[in-house]
Amino acid sequence: MKNLFLLLTLVTMPAFASGDGVHLDDVNIDLSDTESLQKGAGLFVNYCLSCHSAAFVRYNRVAKDLQIPEKVVKDNMMFTTDRIGELMIATMLPKDAKKWFGTVPPDLSLIARSRGPEWLYTYLRSFYLDDSSPSGWNNILFDKVAMPHVLYKLQGARHAVFKKDENGIKVFERFEMVKPGSLNKEEFDAVTRDLTNFLVYVGEPAQMVRYKLGVYVLVFLAIFLVFAYLLKKEYWKDVH
Amino acid sequence: MEKLMSWIDDRFPLTQVWEEHMAKYYAPKNFNFWYYFGSLAILMLVMQIITGIFMAMYYKPDAGLAFASVEYVMRDVPWGWLIRYMHAIGASMFFIVIYLHMFRAMIYGSYRGPRELIWLFGMVIFVALMAESFMGYLLPWGNMSYWGAQVIINLFGAIPYVGDILVEWLRGDYVISDATLNRFFAFHVIAVPLVLVILVFLHIVALHKVGSNNPDGIEIKKNKDENGIPLDGIPFHPYYTVKDIVGVIVFLMVFSAIIFFWPTLGGWFLESDNFIPANPVSTPPHIVPLWYFTPYYSILRAVTWAWLPGGAKLWGVIAMGSSLVVLFFLPWLDRSPVKSIRYRGWMFKTALALFTLAFLMLGWLGTQPVGGINTVLAQLGMLVYFAFFLLMPIYTRLDRTKPVPERLT
Repeated sequence: MKNLFLLLTLVTMPAFASGDGVHLDDVNIDLSDTESLQKGAGLFVNYCLSCHSAAFVRYNRVAKDLQIPEKVVKDNMMFTTDRIGELMIATMLPKDAKKWFGTVPPDLSLIARSRGPEWLYTYLRSFYLDDSSPSGWNNILFDKVAMPHVLYKLQGARHAVFKKDENGIKVFERFEMVKPGSLNKEEFDAVTRDLTNFLVYVGEPAQMVRYKLGVYVLVFLAIFLVFAYLLKKEYWKDVH
Repeated sequence: MEKLMSWIDDRFPLTQVWEEHMAKYYAPKNFNFWYYFGSLAILMLVMQIITGIFMAMYYKPDAGLAFASVEYVMRDVPWGWLIRYMHAIGASMFFIVIYLHMFRAMIYGSYRGPRELIWLFGMVIFVALMAESFMGYLLPWGNMSYWGAQVIINLFGAIPYVGDILVEWLRGDYVISDATLNRFFAFHVIAVPLVLVILVFLHIVALHKVGSNNPDGIEIKKNKDENGIPLDGIPFHPYYTVKDIVGVIVFLMVFSAIIFFWPTLGGWFLESDNFIPANPVSTPPHIVPLWYFTPYYSILRAVTWAWLPGGAKLWGVIAMGSSLVVLFFLPWLDRSPVKSIRYRGWMFKTALALFTLAFLMLGWLGTQPVGGINTVLAQLGMLVYFAFFLLMPIYTRLDRTKPVPERLT
């Protein structure tokens, strides 16, 4: 019974999962942009798959949907298995993750569906240096996140500048670059967009066919509707 | 062919059943838009059963495997994603159809005598459907599945004395667990669907005994020709079969547009928190049932008066239960001499409009955080909801109705 009250109280709380006052950046998701998806897949296996699994995703499905030859996938993208039909399982073992990071990194198969692409795109670009955190990194969108800034060599290392608003609450103002990375801002945005694009694909591979098929289905039904309507009209002629 | 038919007819009343229920079932000729939803409800029932059978072929009712088995259907089973979307989105579409079907009964007085039993069967179907969808929602074992079931099952705990034992008995465990998932699966795939099919059969048998109502709320059986055929009636087949096909296609276009282009409908049909596997230690920031439960959920949460004997929570559960129970009494609450809104006066029209607005507002509020203005609005909505029913015997009698024509208009 106390549970119920607890739940009802929780329900009353505003959704601050995305962090109050943090603006989510728009991202151009385009699953017909195969090149972007391929780049995203490359980034994913190199930067994410060491710690995060995508345990519902098979390598050969990615190869097929993203038009990457299976040989290329086998030689360049598979580090934990050599069977192309295998699922994308992280290199790091869950028990090690628990020891090293205090938590098991979430599976990324459905992360784009639970968080949304804008959140992912913003999150990947919102890391900053923070001495108080065990990993040395923190994130504007996800305070005290256990994940370090895996892409820092690309983006560079930044400080976050905060200010106090009229109620004395700490709010994020801007980033300050401490040590530039190998990419400039536009290049890094493009990289994170590719990665987000790939995660959106991975969230629901059926999207690759769903939209196209939908058009055919609606066209078919529209034609069927014309005939069904004419049939109805013919029968109903004599009803007054 | 004729010989075969007579062979069958000697052994089974095939021709008789066909004629009684289709070819010589006379329906009023003036059915409008609102009359598509009966046949669409049957379409949805059949579709849910068929897609459900395919889902059951791949789904694993096991707390350790359930979530992954749904994703397996979405990714690795050929056309699995389509079947799964049809089933999950179909639940929402089913409720849209049922709500409009019920609203039709309310605007044209289809629940009035001699159709009280049709209404009662329909109400039991509605409640069974809620149970069916509630239990089905646990099966994907997403985090919202888990916490939604947690909240709703805990409601039974508010019942004095037996509450805690009852909750434990429903879950089959001290928490929502594998045992709960398995029993919900059993209910979802066989017990409740079987009850639904039988009830739908009874609903239609009762309907065909008394005949359909119509937008004028006039009994067409009062005016028959020399052969005993209602003057304003037309055979259901072929007239309404061909008409309903048109309705089915338009409906399928809307359904397909959602499935293929926007399956989550911005979280209204598929909630984003349900793409996270069930996690007993991580509560979603916002526990929201799917939209078709939110009006009742709102009523539950609207009762915040702690001074009530037994506590606000108990009365919230009572209020929510009563909001469903009161619907059963509709045929006896309505005292108007006319059935259809077409011949009713301003009082009923205003009451129905306010009720509809209150229902929609409660539905919206059920998805929003409680507290502040939201709670006040929900209490107002609850007041209007109950006043619509409880004051009905008074305002329907006072209302100035218009004369009802002899024949359909």
